[in-house]
Amino acid sequence: MEFKIKLVKEMKLSEIIEIIEGVSFIEGVNLERDIRGGCGADLMSDVLASVQPDAILLTGLCNPQVIRTAQMADVRAVVILRGKQPSPEMIDIAAREGIPLISCPYGMFEICGRLYQSGLPSFERDIP
Amino acid sequence: MDAISEQEAKGITRAEELAYQLKVSQAMTSEVKLVDPDMKMAEVLELLRLEHISGSPVVENGHLIGVISIEDLIRSMSLGELNSPVRNFMSPTVISVRSYDPLVKAIEAFMVQKVGRLPVLDETGKLVGIITKGDVTRGVLVALQRDIQEEEIRRYRASHLFEDIISDRTTLVLRYQIKAKDFNQGGTASSNIKRALLRLGANTQVARRCGIAIYEAEINLIIHTSYGGMIRVEIEPQAIIIIATDEGPGIEDINLALQPGFSTATEEIRELGFGAGMGLSNIMRCVDHLNLESTPGQGTRLEMKIFLLPEEILRQSATQE
Repeated sequence: MEFKIKLVKEMKLSEIIEIIEGVSFIEGVNLERDIRGGCGADLMSDVLASVQPDAILLTGLCNPQVIRTAQMADVRAVVILRGKQPSPEMIDIAAREGIPLISCPYGMFEICGRLYQSGLPSFERDIP
Repeated sequence: MDAISEQEAKGITRAEELAYQLKVSQAMTSEVKLVDPDMKMAEVLELLRLEHISGSPVVENGHLIGVISIEDLIRSMSLGELNSPVRNFMSPTVISVRSYDPLVKAIEAFMVQKVGRLPVLDETGKLVGIITKGDVTRGVLVALQRDIQEEEIRRYRASHLFEDIISDRTTLVLRYQIKAKDFNQGGTASSNIKRALLRLGANTQVARRCGIAIYEAEINLIIHTSYGGMIRVEIEPQAIIIIATDEGPGIEDINLALQPGFSTATEEIRELGFGAGMGLSNIMRCVDHLNLESTPGQGTRLEMKIFLLPEEILRQSATQE
């Protein structure tokens, strides 16, 4: 019988940035922090409903509410997809709350795929 | 120094801020070993070695005339002139800082003048100390450490609030005014509440549940109300009670509003990432008890409770049955 084993591991944020070819916007935040899983959504209510603590959030949405959502849901870092540029307000709130904010040039499917393949598990809670 | 723009100000770290707040006198070394210009370089070598310092001010008749440093000493040694007087090898003082200057003045001098140490003078021009790059780093680190301790003390004081105040029933009430349609401020109240709860010693799970519930309630007030609303948080040792109220327009059909996925939000709001119709069901998942009352044309009152003690949760579920 053949078993397929999927490797599941914690990753450093700096490793993730490398995999997704991302750019960090916040100076002075710890990029060596551990990320235990991932969550991808454009609707912030979906994030609040499903994300488990210590995940990285991948989203196409680019406004200050993303950072507030991340803060409320104990998200460890935020990745803005499709090369969108966060506004100064958004960067400001992220810096103040100590939440790493990263922009990456690719879309949701590509980035979820890359991270999952690298061993980062889903931190989206199942729908009850 | 030029005034800095708002954009630049946003990038300033706490350490940089401290460089402006701290005075040179707070970071300098005030026990200074003075050197006479006629002292031999060999004696300077002994002084630096014994005192574990890297340089000293040179003073003649009570006046500061220069600085002698380890670099000058090396120069004299390489020339075999350890018997020469300090006068021949010192760097004549062209620059010094005042004790009441902000620390950043010393940092600028280090960057621009390429010197390792600066004499510090008081308002009368008297030498009162010496400052090195190491002193600057140490001064900033000590101040940062003090910041952290203050936060710890705030946290400690807050978490003892309930133990220190003796009453039959102690309640801490926080109130926040929420403006309608003000998306930029959205989340500010919930963010402040979450921080307050953590300072009060709430565990991270409770703070997170409250944070999410209050954030959804706050966003609802911003999206749906005509005149904004009020969030009131009552913190007690056994429970946190959150009440969000507004004065309209009210909810037509409460059962429908509670259904996951039902939303009256506009396309514009959906583009902001909200209005998925999950707000109230998210809140329900986070709180132990929820009560929603609304009268169309008059307003809505949403009450949420999170119990902090296990026995309260049990008692609540018993009364519900």
